[in-house]
Amino acid sequence: MQYLPNIIFIILLIVGVGFFVKNISKLRRNIFLGKEASLTDNKPRRWKNMAKIALGQSKMVVRPIAGALHIIVYISFVIINIEVLEIILDGIFGTHRLFAVLGPVYSFLIGSFEILAFLVIVAVVIFWIRRNVIKLKRFFKPEMEGWPKKDGNLILYIELVLMLLFLTMNAADYQLQQMGADHYVAAGSFPISSFIAPIFENVSVSTLIIIERTAWWAHIAGILFFLNYLYYSKHLHILLAFPNTYYGRLTPKGQFKNLQSVTDEVRMMMDPDADPYAEPAEDAAVPDKFGASDVQDLSWVQLMNAYTCTECGRCTSECPANQTGKKLSPRKIMMDTRDRLEEVGKIIDENNGEFKDDGKQLLNDYISPEELWACTSCNACVEACPISIDPLSIIMDMRQYLVMEQSAAPTDLNNMMGNIENNGAPWPFNQMDRLNWSKES
Amino acid sequence: MASELKVPTMAEFFASGTVPEVLFWVGCAGSFDDRAKKITKAFVKILNKANVSFAVLGTEESCTGDPAKRAGNEFLFQMQAVTNIEVLNAYEIKKIVTACPHCFNTIKNEYPGLGGNYEVVHHTQFLKQLLTEGRISMEGGTFKGKRITFHDPCYLGRANGVYEAPRDLIRKLDAELVEMKNCKQKGLCCGAGGAQMFKEPEKGDKDVNIERTEQALETKPDIIAAGCPFCNTMMTDGVKNKEKEDAVEVMDIAEMIATAEDL
Ligand code: SF4
Ligand code: SF4
Repeated sequence: MQYLPNIIFIILLIVGVGFFVKNISKLRRNIFLGKEASLTDNKPRRWKNMAKIALGQSKMVVRPIAGALHIIVYISFVIINIEVLEIILDGIFGTHRLFAVLGPVYSFLIGSFEILAFLVIVAVVIFWIRRNVIKLKRFFKPEMEGWPKKDGNLILYIELVLMLLFLTMNAADYQLQQMGADHYVAAGSFPISSFIAPIFENVSVSTLIIIERTAWWAHIAGILFFLNYLYYSKHLHILLAFPNTYYGRLTPKGQFKNLQSVTDEVRMMMDPDADPYAEPAEDAAVPDKFGASDVQDLSWVQLMNAYTCTECGRCTSECPANQTGKKLSPRKIMMDTRDRLEEVGKIIDENNGEFKDDGKQLLNDYISPEELWACTSCNACVEACPISIDPLSIIMDMRQYLVMEQSAAPTDLNNMMGNIENNGAPWPFNQMDRLNWSKES
Repeated sequence: MASELKVPTMAEFFASGTVPEVLFWVGCAGSFDDRAKKITKAFVKILNKANVSFAVLGTEESCTGDPAKRAGNEFLFQMQAVTNIEVLNAYEIKKIVTACPHCFNTIKNEYPGLGGNYEVVHHTQFLKQLLTEGRISMEGGTFKGKRITFHDPCYLGRANGVYEAPRDLIRKLDAELVEMKNCKQKGLCCGAGGAQMFKEPEKGDKDVNIERTEQALETKPDIIAAGCPFCNTMMTDGVKNKEKEDAVEVMDIAEMIATAEDL
């Protein structure tokens, strides 16, 4: 019976981590439903971008308040996780504060964890106020109703509870140390929880031990829960921000990719030696579709973008179309892509690994042509995104589908394209008049 | 009135067996739009004054395909691109200058993949270079002390990271450069890009150009400076909408320099 807690702990750990691994492999599978995109170039620049943008949070500080608070939470979470390692080892081996042997180093570590935990609490409270009291506009767009709004707050509550549990655990431990309780050797320093400890002054050792143990178990269980919560949440960005910034675009933002299949076709048409009646070459890969109408038509990077999106709305708040009341919201483009991808993933799960047409697609069922046509391709969303997401590329791929597969451009644009085709300008002017300006006074 | 414009074509250079220093890509707006033609002429006047050996393609020029590509018609874009590249390559063009950021972006970034490799500069970059090389001199005169705000064209700024060349030129005019609340990386679009110029806007509360014009007017400018024929149209319309056309002028930077030089 002596080993019961250890066994329970190990089971908890295996279940928690096991589910997490399962979710991650589903995530991988879904992302790779996307088309291939070869991004193996320029490794040093990619590493640098990742270090700067994800690790260094360089784009977060464009908005100084949110940026500073985010950095606090981010750094604290990374550092406090050193403590999780100790907790896990303690849990497995039934030890208590295994790292206490580090002496002064240990005191320093625990002391800094406590201060960071306190800062996280402050930051989380301010974040909560921004969302729920000040009601920052970017958190109140139509796409934020329902789960996204709850998700945003839930994350804050979970973080708050985890930090409070951590401090309660330390406070009880500190009090027990003061009382010289068995097992609770004096170790660590407690700059924050020593202020909480006085609450426990008149509590008996046995009750204190229950409090300390409860907080300890709840804390680690909470962390394992949070780990598994990620997959369903915008909080997934804490993992995906790294690969996402690594694979972020390196070319100028104005450069849209040229479709190779179209190039091949155009070359054939323009080649005077080409035999117009020749069978297409065996290896000429004719795409079954131009552009994108569903998630499988997008590249895996675009799909990873969708899972990475933090729903922060920086893109949408900079979008000229959204600012002037149009339906388009680049954040919604990303959220819709993720939702549809999840749906497709579920269908695959239910049909033994194979996708069955469900009569739905990303276009129309999620994203309307009205949204797509409102985009000015200004790249403000791409510039604003703190983790290198490119909503514009999805918009453009979907426009391509509308025009090249469905000839469904707005009439004005069809006229414009007709003009280019016939007289080499978007307006109905004769190409032969192109130099007339030089003779006009 | 200044003397007549000298606008040699590539065909003429070719016939005489010489090559110009640079090709001036005029673009559709610069060729056909009444407002934009003034920009074209102002730029040519400066080139003439500085004795820059340049040529235009004239009737051999055709739309770069930018609006078609942004509208989703990749096929039409590539047909235009390949046709233009054939002409440019036949003339062995090395360097291109254009007053349109859309042409600039497309030729610079999207033509290389289709076989068109050129050094492409925006006219503000070119003018800045002429200035540094001492081939033009600029007197502030007319613009001395005027409040000027610069509207960043998306396809020059964010799309290609060119923010300083136009601003340097404005400063050289002894003008007071005032920035809008959204500028440079955070510049707000005029509403014309992505083929919006050629269609009605979607339903909303406001047109994008009105929003941007309001931002510009907040700086209390004498002049709104632009570096793109489409932005120019959008901002001009915005200023008219606000009934401020008597107090605030929308000018391309080339026009400002030409005016300052009394060309
Ligand atoms: S590129 Fe399109 S979606 Fe992105 S900010 Fe500009 S208008 Fe909005
Ligand atoms: S795309 Fe980027 S900027 Fe937009 S909501 Fe997602 S994370 Fe934020």
